[in-house]
Amino acid sequence: MNMRISAGEFTERSLQIIKDLKHLEGPMLPILHAIQAEFGYVPDEVKPIIAGELNLSRAEVHGVVTFYHEFRDHPAGRHVLKLCRAEACQSMGSDRIADRARQLLGIDFHQTTPDGAVTLEAVYCLGLCACAPAAMLDGEVYGRVDEHCLSEIVAEVRR
Amino acid sequence: MTVTIFVPRDAAALALGAEKVAKAITQEIAARGLDAKVVRNGSRGMFWLEPLVEVRTDQGRVAYGPVKADDVAGLFDAGFLTGSGHALCLGLTKEIPFLRQQTRLTFSRCGVIDPLSLEDYRHYQGLKGLEKAISMAQAEIVREVTDSGLRGRGGAGFPTGIKWKTVMEAAGPQKYIVCNADEGDSATFADRMIMEGDPFVLIEGMAIAGIATGATKGYVYIRSEYPHAIATMTEAVEIARAAGILGSSVLGSAHAFHIEIRSGAGAYVCGEETSLLNSLEGKRGIVRAKPPLPALQGFLGRPTVVNNVISLASVPVIMDRGAAFYRDFGVGRSRGTIPIQIAGNVKYGGLYETAFGLSLGEIVDHIGGGTATGRPVKAVQVGGPLGAYFPRALFDTPFDYEAFAARDGLIGHAGITVFDDSADMLKQARFAMEFCAIESCGKCTPCRIGSTRGVETADKIAQGIEPEKNKALLADLCNTMKFGSLCALGGFTPYPVMSAMNHFPEDFAPTPLIEAAE
Repeated sequence: MNMRISAGEFTERSLQIIKDLKHLEGPMLPILHAIQAEFGYVPDEVKPIIAGELNLSRAEVHGVVTFYHEFRDHPAGRHVLKLCRAEACQSMGSDRIADRARQLLGIDFHQTTPDGAVTLEAVYCLGLCACAPAAMLDGEVYGRVDEHCLSEIVAEVRR
Repeated sequence: MTVTIFVPRDAAALALGAEKVAKAITQEIAARGLDAKVVRNGSRGMFWLEPLVEVRTDQGRVAYGPVKADDVAGLFDAGFLTGSGHALCLGLTKEIPFLRQQTRLTFSRCGVIDPLSLEDYRHYQGLKGLEKAISMAQAEIVREVTDSGLRGRGGAGFPTGIKWKTVMEAAGPQKYIVCNADEGDSATFADRMIMEGDPFVLIEGMAIAGIATGATKGYVYIRSEYPHAIATMTEAVEIARAAGILGSSVLGSAHAFHIEIRSGAGAYVCGEETSLLNSLEGKRGIVRAKPPLPALQGFLGRPTVVNNVISLASVPVIMDRGAAFYRDFGVGRSRGTIPIQIAGNVKYGGLYETAFGLSLGEIVDHIGGGTATGRPVKAVQVGGPLGAYFPRALFDTPFDYEAFAARDGLIGHAGITVFDDSADMLKQARFAMEFCAIESCGKCTPCRIGSTRGVETADKIAQGIEPEKNKALLADLCNTMKFGSLCALGGFTPYPVMSAMNHFPEDFAPTPLIEAAE
């Protein structure tokens, strides 16, 4: 997130996170979640540090990070809007909502608006299938999303 | 006496504005100087009525819904604290037909209690199963679960007791209970609801599993798309630890059991048990070949029970009321109750726990009330993205594992997505392949590459390019995926594709060239 931190501080903060969690059984995912919570993404520079601390190769760490949709290799916008694209939401017209979102924001899925306001992501099920279509804005959930609701969300993130 | 008002904290209720409603109610109570308090409960599972607000009265709980923040002042004006009439009043909650007709065993407390109140939990029969288990021998607990007929509710339907027996008999200094809460199937939300609405029942079920098998450590692997469930479960584990339900001495017994909550990272395939174990170990979520069975070599190569949330959450009631009580519900080899999740384009969407055996038509038309759009039902997908599309012609299929398998389908995690007649089944078949391509772990070639070829072939059919040849090719590809993939992702993606093609051939016919005809 904060791009202006020094290399030394970056290493120190990463090491602290890893040391706090490496006693867990299977500490990799908890570490990666904590790193992403700290920096907003999983920077390339952190991979050799994790590898060193967990006695793995850098390739193994890279392999894990890239396997999971959740981990980002670059920072997201100030807001992240996730639209559900799975079947239950499709049955209630989520494809139309997705098209409208792309149009309103001028970006496609997995992209961030040029002003850095919002990143649009696809998600496959939020467990809100009986009040579809569903969306999530920065952890806050929305059900029965229609064009009106979507415009309000877009206005909110643009503010 | 202080009046209790219930406003759900379930994610679906929140998605429909429950937070604003709760705030408005709190403000009204303060502004009017009333003696009332707000309790945040789970959801009753009637999502067309959410946010569903309830008031406790002498006659029982009275329901109002769906309530918007703007309605709140009017509700107070109408005297809803005494359960008075209002346009939104639904009468006594327990008398609402959708709820009254259910058999709620696993979900008996969900939506009723404050999810994080141990006092509420105990008041509604909580911990009785665990208390009984502590006084029993390991083999007796396992026999009770086996005799109940409980089968894995995650979708595979493997007998839970047999899995437990294997782990109980396995040798090892450390065994594990891993709860699969990676509920990724579209149309399913039962795991989420129980974790948000009655987390202690899952904790109790896991502790019983631990005692039965000799496992002292449990993990709940929850998908990251469920932040509310993660928060509630994390808090509940802390409360249970402080109360001595978890820890080195479970309820003062000689048994130790600890639980840790882990978050997934957005990989659908991690709902498959071996992939989940790899993910929990911190590896790529690649599927493992079986054998070795996870029961013998699971988490970190040690004996591990991997059970779905609902399987584990059904154990306390089985232990409390006995195997025979549970087994008496259901049909054939599908015993007990199943929380059916009715979703998608449906009028009365929600969670309906009932004994196995209802017909698909009863569920969709009578309980679900048909589509939300009011158009005819064209197809329903049962069992999530890997489940088959059923046409109306097969609506007599009884909801039971074997009956669905006999009709080339599966009940999976019991989610049903309803589609109206605007659905394009070729598009749905294409999506099944696309989803498989996005989520394939990459281990098996038929799944990794076949899914992409499947998308391309579906596109060719849509464009009218050699449709007959390409339909045959798609069927052949499905056959290869079905028999050439290790897990259900590659193996079951053919279900939605083939069922769409077989039951809705008109959608796979080439589009008539209207312009040419003119």
